[in-house]
Amino acid sequence: MVAVEKPTKQPQNKHISAPWTDPKAEPYIRIENVTKKFGEFVAVNNVSLNVYRGELFSLLGGSGCGKTTLLRMLAGFESPTAGKIFIDGVDMAGIPPYDRPTNMMFQSYALFPHMTVEQNVSFGLKQDKYPEPEIRQRVAHMLEMVQLTPFSKRKPHQLSGGQRQRVALARSLVKQPKLLLLDEPLGALDKKLREATQFELMNIQDRLGITFIVVTHDQEEAMTLSTRIGVMNAGQIVQTGTPQEIYEYPQNKFVADFIGSVNLFEGHIVEDEQDHVLIRSDEAGGDIYIDHGISSAPGARVWVAIRPEKIQLTKQAVNERHNCLSGIVKGIAYMGNLSIYLVQLDSGKQIKVTMQNQVRASEFMIDWDDRVTVTWHANSPVALLS
Amino acid sequence: MTNRLSWFIIFWLVAVFAFLYAPIISVIVYSFNSSKLVTVWAGWSLKWYGELAKDRQIIDAAVLSLEIAAISATLATILGTIAGYVLVRFPKFLGRTAFSGMVSAPLVMPEVITGLSMLLLFISMEQAIGWPQGRGLTTVIIAHTTFTLSYVAVVMRSRFLVLDLSLEEAAQDLGARPLKVFFVITLPIVAPAIVSGWLLGFTISLDDLVITSFTNGPGTSTLPMVVFSKVRLGLDPKINALATIIIAIVSIGVIIAIAHMRRVERQRQRDEQMAIRAIAAKA
Repeated sequence: MVAVEKPTKQPQNKHISAPWTDPKAEPYIRIENVTKKFGEFVAVNNVSLNVYRGELFSLLGGSGCGKTTLLRMLAGFESPTAGKIFIDGVDMAGIPPYDRPTNMMFQSYALFPHMTVEQNVSFGLKQDKYPEPEIRQRVAHMLEMVQLTPFSKRKPHQLSGGQRQRVALARSLVKQPKLLLLDEPLGALDKKLREATQFELMNIQDRLGITFIVVTHDQEEAMTLSTRIGVMNAGQIVQTGTPQEIYEYPQNKFVADFIGSVNLFEGHIVEDEQDHVLIRSDEAGGDIYIDHGISSAPGARVWVAIRPEKIQLTKQAVNERHNCLSGIVKGIAYMGNLSIYLVQLDSGKQIKVTMQNQVRASEFMIDWDDRVTVTWHANSPVALLS
Repeated sequence: MTNRLSWFIIFWLVAVFAFLYAPIISVIVYSFNSSKLVTVWAGWSLKWYGELAKDRQIIDAAVLSLEIAAISATLATILGTIAGYVLVRFPKFLGRTAFSGMVSAPLVMPEVITGLSMLLLFISMEQAIGWPQGRGLTTVIIAHTTFTLSYVAVVMRSRFLVLDLSLEEAAQDLGARPLKVFFVITLPIVAPAIVSGWLLGFTISLDDLVITSFTNGPGTSTLPMVVFSKVRLGLDPKINALATIIIAIVSIGVIIAIAHMRRVERQRQRDEQMAIRAIAAKA
């Protein structure tokens, strides 16, 4: 484990005062050692997870990592092969989907094509036999919130993608479930609409205080929306943490590589002190100095992860013993606000560096085939043991 | 390549359409023939339509055929829909492979075999349990239901295959029990397929000659049987008139269906345009 001193973080959602850091806090959803097998295939492998009231928790992972299966087990469409799921203290074993205090927003939206928007949204309330005036009032309120009142008499095929998505959201929210499950909620939307909807989702979640669990393969979506993220790989949760923790302090190579882009150097520990660690890496062709200790045996094999935006390039020579390498610029991708530089180090390893384009053009501008010095601050790298 | 139709293409177009429709057109034309001989033209007349209206045998047979077709198509639609649903939604149960094969077997079975085995079944059933008594309406309806069921099951199975499972899951998720989901969500969505399944069953039953011949009894001659027996005794111009009426009914039905589909399609396009404009206006 990396023993880093984590700065206290400001949670993105202002209602949440980081209950996961409080050992006495009672989790709202408890997943205990849940395993799901389909025949020989293990879709979810011994997952344990606590989610707290009012959280917006994202399950993030590539396709086939088990995130959707986990969500479907919460909704009741699949039952765990082993392990238990508790929602608000109630064991969910044997409770069918129609008796669970959860609602789900499906990836395909699953709007009933033969019903109008209004009928779609009121469907859930009608199943619970609410009085007619209350149904009408709640549906009207919900449609107003998602700005679909003028479309209430339309059928789903008469709506655009974004409108359908809002109908699906309204339909799953109108029963005010204890837990709302969202399967790739923004998957089918274009980029502009996605961004708008992301903030809309956060807003709604903030106002209603419903606990959300979101499944997504889109790390940007997970980063913007979530109070916390669970990164999944091959049926297991490999790291749980706030977006900042996941990005800045990945616990293993998979998370470092999956979230954002990263440069990885293999090396071994030369010095491991209370206040620093020195790693020698042949792959990097130099020594890497990190300004915090990691509790590990000297000589152990480690990987050093450095984000491209935490590296600086300069054409001037720099005289430092550590965290200073030299190389040649092999490629530049100009993105407007920033540029991505592909640098071939003297060791032969290629790394990615991103730098802000702060000035329009200057004599210091780095060009193709320039010889450059690569440097970074001692608190930028993270040492990973696995 | 030119965009203009070459003479060669026009020739083939005419030839193929003539091959397909010349017999039908000749039936229609000769139904207005005043001659008693089918093959000799003797001027226009509506005589045979009047004769047809007076022919109790043909009218009764037509009514009976419609009755049998409606009842067996309805029964076959109910059973075929259930069979199709079970085959798609329940991937594992004891005897599924056998069931799947047996549901579609009548499709490939020669009608003679189906008819003969139905006949043998009815005879041995009558000996064993005393039902059905003799051959007649009941046995014909059972036989028609049995083999039209396969067609309906095939249609419904392919419809259920493309039906998004998450629709039913969403309904359950919102609190509807499985049986209610089936009636409130699944059935209304697949209703068009049910209608086409019923129509298919109705048409096939109305048309059937072989299986009916094996399973009917005295007094239950269907329209195809009456027509067939009449034609064997020499061509009767009344049959031409009957054929023309049937062709007219079918054509009108098809035209109405096409017009309706066009209207729905145009409405859908208008709605889509409206949705797109609404977004554009907002942006």
